[in-house]
Amino acid sequence: MSNEFELSIYLFILAIALGLEMVHRVSPLLHTPLMSLSNAISAISVVGALVIAGSGNAPNLSRVLGCIAVTCSTINVVAGFLITDRMLKMFKKAPGKGGPK
Amino acid sequence: MTGEIWQFTYIAAAMAIIGSIKWLNSPATARQGVMAGQIGMLLAVIGTLMRHEIVNYEWILIALFLGTAIGVPLAYLMPMTAVPQLTALSHAFGALAAALVGTAEYYRYNLAGENPGAFILTALAIEILLGYLTATASVMAFAKLQDLIPTRPMTYKGQNFVNLSLLVIAIGIGVWMIMGTAPQWAFPIFIVLSLLFGVLLIVPIGGGDMPTVIALLNSYAGLSACAMGFALQNHLLIIAGALNAASGFILSVIMCKAMNRSFTNVLFGAFGQAAAGGAAKQEARPVRSASAEDAAMLLEAARKVIIVPGYGMAVAQAQHKLGELSDALVKRGVDVKFAIHPVAGRMPGHMNVLLAEANIPYDRLIEMEDINDEFPETDVAMVIGANDVVNPAARHDKTSPIYGMPILNVDKAHTVMIIKRSMNPGFAGIDNELYYADNTLMLFGDAKAMVTAINKEVAALVNA
Repeated sequence: MSNEFELSIYLFILAIALGLEMVHRVSPLLHTPLMSLSNAISAISVVGALVIAGSGNAPNLSRVLGCIAVTCSTINVVAGFLITDRMLKMFKKAPGKGGPK
Repeated sequence: MTGEIWQFTYIAAAMAIIGSIKWLNSPATARQGVMAGQIGMLLAVIGTLMRHEIVNYEWILIALFLGTAIGVPLAYLMPMTAVPQLTALSHAFGALAAALVGTAEYYRYNLAGENPGAFILTALAIEILLGYLTATASVMAFAKLQDLIPTRPMTYKGQNFVNLSLLVIAIGIGVWMIMGTAPQWAFPIFIVLSLLFGVLLIVPIGGGDMPTVIALLNSYAGLSACAMGFALQNHLLIIAGALNAASGFILSVIMCKAMNRSFTNVLFGAFGQAAAGGAAKQEARPVRSASAEDAAMLLEAARKVIIVPGYGMAVAQAQHKLGELSDALVKRGVDVKFAIHPVAGRMPGHMNVLLAEANIPYDRLIEMEDINDEFPETDVAMVIGANDVVNPAARHDKTSPIYGMPILNVDKAHTVMIIKRSMNPGFAGIDNELYYADNTLMLFGDAKAMVTAINKEVAALVNA
């Protein structure tokens, strides 16, 4: 196993640990926005899709698949972020009170 | 140290994405979190477009435009009750994208006659398998949530055996591909099996288990993005995918705990089927029913009221009327809170969103663990559209299918009011002894019509 692969695995372990730690702290109140936000973030695969869609040396079939992938992940990104924001806009505190501690 | 600009953009994108989840932990900073996430994603896309490998821009721009044109109306036209469906659909697109990229990469290596090595091939196989199965499973979940196909679990004899053998065959072909000795026809079969497995995975799962399943699919989509990161040696993908995988995993564990079930039980148990036996021992016992006027008088005289909403409330679209009722009572000096069971609604935290939409301030929405001790000093607990999550049988009846599930202890309140259409048992098909308790009043009728009537009576009392 090369150093590069080893590094990727360390990174994966640390990112999972960080994710578990952070998500545990999210109030159950916001679990639905959390899910739609992380849904939008999972569309980071748009990066891989862009590279293969725009690549000059990939076969045509690969580039066509890449373009479809860019469209799909863009839908995922846009819908995910917009619906999260739409939901969060609705969360309001009671007027005049201090709200939760 | 030398570096390309896109590398620094990726690092900034990773920081923004980590920040976005961090800020989501409190309602005060949550929107800031979404902003950070958007910036992170934008940086990732801009950075990628600056890479030297990319030479063709026309098609990419068309694809980006097309995706936006479909995504925007999707996000704005869906009602809040449909957020679970939208999330499922969005998963399907994201996972399909990951699977297609994996397919394109594998095809590129194959055509060039290159062998990228076992590590990258393993990552590609995982990406493709998880991507396709998440895509079809999410479409199935979408169809069930949208009522396009029956929501009850569909089971047949030997189902688990068929599913499992299918998965084993798919993994076998995957290993064959990784060893680099697989013939040309193996790859399409691998794809078809992955797609098929996703469909079969959801077939036996009932509508009530969808919160867990959506969270699990969320986790799979993240893992698939992560595998893509390994295959492309892209650290940004690994970080973002792992965060998403962790988040989906935690949410599905929380959902399982809230139903006192294990993962295997949710995925292979076909709950609705097994539970149907419990409904048989129904007998005609007397219940006390009351009118909207009685309810209004009790509520108005109470010092402390806890409202327990379930998904039935959202189906009846009663949340706005319920918001009006709680405002009217608060104005009269009544302490009004909403008790939220973790599985209320159709995805984790869904009920909070539905009530927030009805302008109910979020500091009145209290989670089960925090509110359960308050029921004994509560004058009126009002249950609306919820059933199994308030069934005391879960605490003491070992024969009940829901035994052991954490419930809201509404039966400890001085008076319990239950708004219900009829005496039909709920989703799990289990009779609820709460309906026959001495301190329970049944308010028969449509949730929205009943709450509207109570509102009117409360207003009349105030003016009198």
